[in-house]
Amino acid sequence: MTTSTQLLDRAGRAPLADHHRSLGGRAAAALATPGGAVYVLVLLLLVATIAANPNFGDPGVVIRFLGRTAPIAIAAIGQYYVIVSGEFDLSMGAVVAAQVVMAGNLIGQDDSRILPVMVLMLAVGVLIGVLNGLGTTLLGVPSFIVTLGMMLALGGLVDHLTGGAATGNPADTFREIGRGGIQDVPVVDVIPYPLLILLVLGALASWSMRRPFGRSLVAAGDNADAARVSGSSLWWLKTRAFIISSLSATVAGILLVGYAGVHPSVGQGYEFTAITAVVLGGVLLGGGRGWVLSAAAGAVALELLFVLLTALGVESTWRATVQGLIIIAAVAVAGRAWQRGRRPRRTSPSSRHLTHHQPTPGTTTGDN
Amino acid sequence: MSTLLRRGTPLTSTGIVLVLLVLSLVVGFVLTAVEGRNFLSSGNISALLTGISILGFIAIGQTLVILVGSLDLSVPYVVSLVSVLAAGTMAGEDGNVLPAVLLALAVAAAIGLVNGAIVAYLGVHGFIATLGTGLVISGYLATNYQGSHGSAPRSFRLVGATQVGPVPVSTLILLGCAVLVVLMLRRTRTGHHLYAVGGNREVARLSGIRTSVPVLVAHTLSSVLAALAGLLLLARLSVGSPTIGSQGDYDLMSIAAVVLGGTVLAGGKGNVVGTLAGVAIFSVLDNVMGVMGVSAFLQDVVRGLVIVVAVAVYARREIDRRPARFERPTGLDAALQEAK
Repeated sequence: MTTSTQLLDRAGRAPLADHHRSLGGRAAAALATPGGAVYVLVLLLLVATIAANPNFGDPGVVIRFLGRTAPIAIAAIGQYYVIVSGEFDLSMGAVVAAQVVMAGNLIGQDDSRILPVMVLMLAVGVLIGVLNGLGTTLLGVPSFIVTLGMMLALGGLVDHLTGGAATGNPADTFREIGRGGIQDVPVVDVIPYPLLILLVLGALASWSMRRPFGRSLVAAGDNADAARVSGSSLWWLKTRAFIISSLSATVAGILLVGYAGVHPSVGQGYEFTAITAVVLGGVLLGGGRGWVLSAAAGAVALELLFVLLTALGVESTWRATVQGLIIIAAVAVAGRAWQRGRRPRRTSPSSRHLTHHQPTPGTTTGDN
Repeated sequence: MSTLLRRGTPLTSTGIVLVLLVLSLVVGFVLTAVEGRNFLSSGNISALLTGISILGFIAIGQTLVILVGSLDLSVPYVVSLVSVLAAGTMAGEDGNVLPAVLLALAVAAAIGLVNGAIVAYLGVHGFIATLGTGLVISGYLATNYQGSHGSAPRSFRLVGATQVGPVPVSTLILLGCAVLVVLMLRRTRTGHHLYAVGGNREVARLSGIRTSVPVLVAHTLSSVLAALAGLLLLARLSVGSPTIGSQGDYDLMSIAAVVLGGTVLAGGKGNVVGTLAGVAIFSVLDNVMGVMGVSAFLQDVVRGLVIVVAVAVYARREIDRRPARFERPTGLDAALQEAK
């Protein structure tokens, strides 16, 4: 295809015109997609929050807010992998609860146990992910049901073992991971550890989505059959997505111990909040569309929204209502926008006819 | 079970569910007998049937929504809303029962209509649409109601308490609703369109079906049936409670019961009889584990396992029974493609 610059598609554009623009042009185009629009939303919410509560303009306050948001943002990143591959992970909340309870009971006040128990927690996270993934791919059960079953089973087990009450209290060194930070930093005063972990995981996630794994995962979410016949191993792809999801829930659990303490109800509703954040980040439910960092930004937007509501003096009980309205609106708008980006731009039939080019010899036209 | 499958007996998935139900009844009978109690005593039968009725109403509605290719996660909040609205309107007066019931059903129908409209016209996935409306209602409930609210008069409470022999009246109402829904699915145009839209919305549209109508009908009926469950709960508890729905986990449990009943989660395939059997299996499980003194938390573990295993069995069958022409292209097909 040496003559690619001369080829025009049916709409009369050069192929992949979007990639021929300048950096600024491409950035503007990206912001117009649902995945980019969430950053604009975050910015708008930030401005509105600062307007409502000038204290929030202080960098130290913002950075602490980001530290508080880190667990849900990390969970949203994990949930993104599962959703973009066309599945659901409803077991996230139960995994968070299980890990929190494990940390509380196994670490105790013994600092030397922190590392082995954390390794064990990660191993349990991997195991749950593998079970979810294999149940979905090899048994052929819809992931909604597999992870619902996992949620019931794991949640029931945790409640049974703890009797539904708070038990155990991990060493303060362990809790520092969730609530501590690098002290005495200029300008922002403190950089919370959760924020650092979020940044590292976000960078890793962004990198992984550019790797063959990430590309195939999105392809599998868009069209599983096409991905399979192009040689992707679907079961291993999706199982890895589930493993990443439950590992992210594990990390969120480790961070939440610092904030919330040890109680089997800590992770309650986490799966729906994470899914909401992912969807708010412009990721298409059903798979195949969306960016991983936008999912994290969706979590930030959601938490900022709550801060804004508090700053405006709205009763906290109305939070759920606003959240509900926002996600419906976000998904309604995003669904249209992704659809528009998918189709070639509409042109009038006559102009389409004029520029209709002859197929290059040697190219199959696929007429039928 | 598995030997039956391997021999390739032409069991439909509803057949499997019924076999599973009989199996759980037998196991229940034996285990209860081991504990020295009679599983078939009229007290226990009415307890079983009572356990079925609440989840039964919701699961029938959920079946319709799942058949049309959507989901309804707003049911627990509809149940709660109906329970407080109706209790508040009744305020213990016999004369207020009819207006209260009508108000509750109207509000529920409006919510269902909104759900359906969001799914059908805004193109939002049912999961998000109903999660959203559920959150909206839950915010309203949390803001306006704290603790129990209103009260049901004695005449209304009788609905929950009366029995015909060992069969509670609520179960009879449930069966009546089930028969109506089955007739709707089998005998009316909307029923057939519901399956068509659930099977493949685009194909249904290209075949000339107005795809929004079945979606609206399914969501509206789902909310109305959830309202009936809410009214029944009110009749039993005699006060309205703003958290009664979310405590019961009715959204996820009803979806689990529907799928346990052999309905395909993606839509287009399944029926109400299977769903009722699925609900009955849950009720038997709860009943037996209750008799055996299994802790409530471990019951969740068992439920979770049963759901996954049962659906795994159906999924295996779906793969086996698919007609040959939908398999991967055979050698002949590939050759034909080449020849073109």
